Amino acid sequence: MSGLVQDPATAGGEASGGLLRPGFAEPALDAQRCFRTLLSAMAHPGRIHALDVAIEPPARLMPGSAALCLTLLDAETPLWLDAACADEEARAYLRFHCGCPLVDDSRAAAFGLVGGALPPLGDFAPGDDLAPEDSATVIWQVEALEDEGPLRLSGPGIDGIRALGLAPLPGHFLEERARGHAAFPAGVDLILVAGSRLVGLPRSTRIETAGEG
Amino acid sequence: MTAESSRPRVPQGAGSARPGYNYAFLDEATKREIRRKLLKAVAIPGHQVPFSSREMPLPPGWGTGGIQVTASLVGPADVLKVIDQGADDTTNAVSIRRFFAETAGVETTTSTRRASLIQTRHRIPETPLAEGQILVFQVPLPEPLRFLEPRESETRRLHALAEYGSAYVSLYEQVARHGRIAQSYDYPVMVGGRYLMRPSPIPSFDNPKLDRNPALLLFGAGRERRLYAVPPYTPVESLSFEDRPFAVERSPQACDLCGATDSFLDEIVADDAGSRLFACSDSEYCNERQRRLGRSVVAP
Amino acid sequence: MYVAVKGGERAIRNAHQRLAERRRGDPATAELELNQIREQLGLAVDRVMSEGSLYAPELAALALKQARGDSVEAAFLLRVYRNTLPRFGYSEPLETARMAVERRISGAFKDLPGGQLLGATADYTHRLLDFSLAEARALDSQLVAPADEAPKGGTSDGGTSNGGPDGSAGPAAPTAASSETAAGAAVPRALDLLGDETLIETPPDADDGPVPDITREPPLFPAGRAQRLQTLARGDEGFLVGLAYSSQRGYGNTHPFVGELRQGRVSVEFTPEELGFAVEIGEVELSEMETINQFQGDAEQPPRFTRGYGLAFGRAERKALAMALLDRALRAEELGEEKSSPAQDEEFVLEHADNILSTGFLEHLKLPHHVDFQSERELLRALRKAWDERRRQAREAAE
Repeated sequence: MSGLVQDPATAGGEASGGLLRPGFAEPALDAQRCFRTLLSAMAHPGRIHALDVAIEPPARLMPGSAALCLTLLDAETPLWLDAACADEEARAYLRFHCGCPLVDDSRAAAFGLVGGALPPLGDFAPGDDLAPEDSATVIWQVEALEDEGPLRLSGPGIDGIRALGLAPLPGHFLEERARGHAAFPAGVDLILVAGSRLVGLPRSTRIETAGEG
Repeated sequence: MTAESSRPRVPQGAGSARPGYNYAFLDEATKREIRRKLLKAVAIPGHQVPFSSREMPLPPGWGTGGIQVTASLVGPADVLKVIDQGADDTTNAVSIRRFFAETAGVETTTSTRRASLIQTRHRIPETPLAEGQILVFQVPLPEPLRFLEPRESETRRLHALAEYGSAYVSLYEQVARHGRIAQSYDYPVMVGGRYLMRPSPIPSFDNPKLDRNPALLLFGAGRERRLYAVPPYTPVESLSFEDRPFAVERSPQACDLCGATDSFLDEIVADDAGSRLFACSDSEYCNERQRRLGRSVVAP
Repeated sequence: MYVAVKGGERAIRNAHQRLAERRRGDPATAELELNQIREQLGLAVDRVMSEGSLYAPELAALALKQARGDSVEAAFLLRVYRNTLPRFGYSEPLETARMAVERRISGAFKDLPGGQLLGATADYTHRLLDFSLAEARALDSQLVAPADEAPKGGTSDGGTSNGGPDGSAGPAAPTAASSETAAGAAVPRALDLLGDETLIETPPDADDGPVPDITREPPLFPAGRAQRLQTLARGDEGFLVGLAYSSQRGYGNTHPFVGELRQGRVSVEFTPEELGFAVEIGEVELSEMETINQFQGDAEQPPRFTRGYGLAFGRAERKALAMALLDRALRAEELGEEKSSPAQDEEFVLEHADNILSTGFLEHLKLPHHVDFQSERELLRALRKAWDERRRQAREAAE
């Protein structure tokens, strides 16, 4: 709750070489543009969107996920980073530009940022029936997003069925999503990022594999 | 003192279309909060998400929810349309449109087709919306169960349990009394088969437009501090009974200005003798039709 | 052609122009200056700051001038302005025990350490229109020296300042002569005296945990006491007074005594992250009210006194008193009392206390609603047709 005042000296000092990469060139307008792309992605689950913003992210972050962090995070949003993202440079970058608290307990995080293997979705806060909005949003950096592939998506935002290809596709993912669907309206929302491309997978989206009934 | 100098004098912020103001009036932290909540609203279609809601330069109850949503969305690439009662030239619509032209420097339009962003009070445009467009509704009372249960703590519980029996009972009581459902606007709908939702006080004539609409529908209730959403192509069903299907009330007349028989009509007392004129409530739709018919355009 | 709600830009511009003319009134009269409003209509300024949730006397005076004296409209202007200001952080909690007290009275205690200070009050004046105020005149500002008041003994450690007229006071004979206590000198709270005897509860919610902020997170119900006090502090004075009055008349009974009312200036401290220690950034004038209320006790808890708390910007003791009564009334559930009256109903009180919300929604009825009205009209025509038909059939059946 306390208003965080960023201390550039401290934050910069933690960065490798003491240099902090810049955030948005035009914070208000860049954030607006990124948000609209993300909103469209969440409103059209599975459709691949491209973020139109020039950004030089910390080495462990993709441009898309860095831009989303700058767009969404601040002192009111605790962030959990997986080991693949959480080097000093990324931490300093996020603390300085977003002012977000970095938490070790993924259940306490409003946002998760995953650069390695996707952890079980149950590790994140799902909200509950009374306040399903009190749930985590997980930004997941993947290697590839394709608009064709084995996944068949349906639900709000999709006119019929939409195909999606995704790599890597961890074995537990589909099963967890199916299980999570039964808990609706509670659930974790996913944003998949590959470079500066992204796909929204809100909890409301049903995911099956091609050939499934 | 002029109206000009009656505006707040100080503020700060860069990138604003109006010097001294934040871009689109709201500060970035407030926009971020609203944006985060809008994403949750989209992920849970029909569910009311609480948000902090700021005082805006218009009184709460006059569209501050819709304005905060629009302010969190709008950008230089947008083309904005604002309507009240279906019309672009009602004073409230003019006032809100000017607010965004001044604070965000956004291009405005009356054309439903050209607009990327439409803020509305009480209507859905007659021209069908397209994918990629966003319609922002101003909502006075977001809670569909409010007049059945005034307590927020209790209605929240009912939504959690999807316990909507009382809404059906209330409609059934109307059937028992009048032989039909006697509700002509703000007619409750079920979103995605899960959440009972108040569509804002649009006439029930507009309800069918909510169903599987290709546009993104966003709802902002500023005074009541709630946001909610219907994503594109989401099924939205007006409550009804098997033997009492949902039916729409519309004057049997055609528009006296453009001849439309498919649009919602305002009924206007035209002279002291009480003679009536019927005209489209959607001013742009009416003007467009008149133009295509080669008539000289009369504003409805 | 139909123009009732249309006409757009020009109509709005003309409305603004007419408003400006109305605001100015007869140009032959002198125009109000902000310092006149601030200095001479101070209570109006205080109310606007309180309900506008912004301590800024100069801006509140401007808002009053702009709103033509309409305090609700002025508070609204201030609230909106408040939202354009950047938020640097949160101040340290105000130490009202270290208030430079200008006025301090207790209804419950005959006497209390620190003395009673009557300050500037109309409480004991006869409410007669003072026709001498109709003309501008120099202020006859001779304060009566305390010696002339013949205090009946008792304490006189009221803490004086600046060697001005002495602030000592006798019991039940508070002095009006005191300027105020020295800033920063602690004047013990009256209720702490009772605490020593364990007859009164310790203040509820006294822990140092994070304080929720109703302007950042909308309160959901049941709300905590912090959200309740925040909402009441910016609530409409008239609404609060009416509800508090209802609780006095038997719609929920709070049995209040004024434990202590204190008014004066309190310094505001802020701890910048880079400094790590608190620095004074200014001061605010406050009215603080603590009431003492009965509590019957039950099998678990002994009978004891309970507390109600009120706080408002400026000299706003009516508001602070009403707030304290409502704070206590709203604790009914917590204290296991029967909850039967509006003043005890948290959701009812808190959801309707804000005059900016209530005024906005009430007045939005002036906006055009002709689409909904037209829908209702068509519906009513259909219902009426069906009703007439049923009546006709019934009549025919009877014949």
